[in-house]
Amino acid sequence: MVARFYGLHVLNCARLSETSGKFLPLAGIALFLAVWQVGVALHPHSLVPGPLAVARAIGELAVSGLLFRYVVASLFRVTWGYLTALLLAVPCGIALGLSRRGEEAINPMLQLLRPISPLAWIPIAILWFGVGDVAAMFLIFLASFLPLTLTAMNAVHNIEGVHLAAGANFGLTSRQLVRSVIVPAILPQLIVGMRITLGIAWLVVVAAEMIAVSSGLGFLIIDARNAGNRYDLVVAGMVLIGAIGVLLDLMLRRLEKLDVVRWGWVEAR
Amino acid sequence: MTVAIRNLTMRFGEMPVLEDISLDVRDGEFVCILGPSGCGKSTLLNIVGGFVKPSAGEVVIDEERVTGPDPRRIFVFQERGVFPWLTVEGNIGFGLFRLAEEEKRNRIAYYVQLVGLRGFEHAYPRELSGGMKQRLEVARALAVNPDVLYLDEPFGALDSITRLQMRRELLRIWQTERKTVLFVTHDIEESVQLADRVVVMSQRPAHIQRIVDIDIEHPRDLSSPRYIELRDSIFAEIGLAHQV
Repeated sequence: MVARFYGLHVLNCARLSETSGKFLPLAGIALFLAVWQVGVALHPHSLVPGPLAVARAIGELAVSGLLFRYVVASLFRVTWGYLTALLLAVPCGIALGLSRRGEEAINPMLQLLRPISPLAWIPIAILWFGVGDVAAMFLIFLASFLPLTLTAMNAVHNIEGVHLAAGANFGLTSRQLVRSVIVPAILPQLIVGMRITLGIAWLVVVAAEMIAVSSGLGFLIIDARNAGNRYDLVVAGMVLIGAIGVLLDLMLRRLEKLDVVRWGWVEAR
Repeated sequence: MTVAIRNLTMRFGEMPVLEDISLDVRDGEFVCILGPSGCGKSTLLNIVGGFVKPSAGEVVIDEERVTGPDPRRIFVFQERGVFPWLTVEGNIGFGLFRLAEEEKRNRIAYYVQLVGLRGFEHAYPRELSGGMKQRLEVARALAVNPDVLYLDEPFGALDSITRLQMRRELLRIWQTERKTVLFVTHDIEESVQLADRVVVMSQRPAHIQRIVDIDIEHPRDLSSPRYIELRDSIFAEIGLAHQV
């Protein structure tokens, strides 16, 4: 499924870059900004800022140094929460994928936890860790750990039996089998899961920062509203969140281009 | 290295698949196991390879009972067995992790050459044709210098021209390296072209119906009277008239 989806996606990208390069995407953004500006001009008494006001607000944040501080604060929390989750989830997922009994014991619980929004954990996170970075990182950890574990587990299920058999035939120890067969075999699916999960983590950090801490882009949004209805700063925060989210995704998307994983979505047979 | 299959019986649940199979394969011999699809010949090879435990009986290789897969005896799957995340070099070197770096490099270079993949050392399997992937898997198996090769319908997925070329390649390699080979196939012509002996299996539950000695020197002339005679006797054995 995923492979086919990506195959299609790659085709679309190829078509796009062949025909118009960067023109259409830029034209789409320009059109959106124009409609926005006109809409604001038609309602002069609205509190919603226009794109120019938002651009000025971003400039103001940059000059005051808050932009850098808040972006770094948000990225810091996401990085640690997400990386901790990744480091624990991949071994857990592999172990569950390999052990039928372990999976039978633990999978129902994972499925039960899965529909609980990470935001529902905010009170407990604050109870355990107080208001601060650790609570926010804990929430990001929770949001990332489950999907990454399930991705790794399912990816192990999808490993071709002949690859495991061949690994065993060449006399690999279980440790070598994990390193030389299982990890490379699950990598393409894992990277797709990592992209999706990083997107979720970025969504969660904004929400967590609105409640659990006093810095970061989520805090900027809630603070700008509470402290004087600075909606230009609110929207500036939103724009920054969107832009950084795109950059994070682009970063992980580069991993999909690596030679050791391209077999996962380039139809090989 | 001799392979002795002794009174092997296999059931899946209540269903009998293999019934009391005994066979002795001599050192350096090329034996084809021939039978209709679904007769259990792949199961037989998987048991001999140590991947599946039989319900009864045993496989003994040079006085040693088989309890699991072993790098001295390599199983070649259809070309699906190559690792898509490794290059040609990486695949051939996969089983060579016990060797010193230089020895490993030499071994890889030798087998790249032997199976005709020069120039493709750094290619990934997705960039290779089906026949090349199959040769790559054979090279990966040979590189660890096994005593026995198990091949499970290795050329089944190839087109008929590539299949003929692969048979010639395999015979050439077998004549250079003199491995003991067990080759499972449902293709009568293939078995008569390759094997020293053809083991004809019955329908399920499979037992050995007959063992045919192919007493023709390599390279075999596929229109010689002896070839046709042997081929037709196997067709008759399986209950097919050689007519379309």
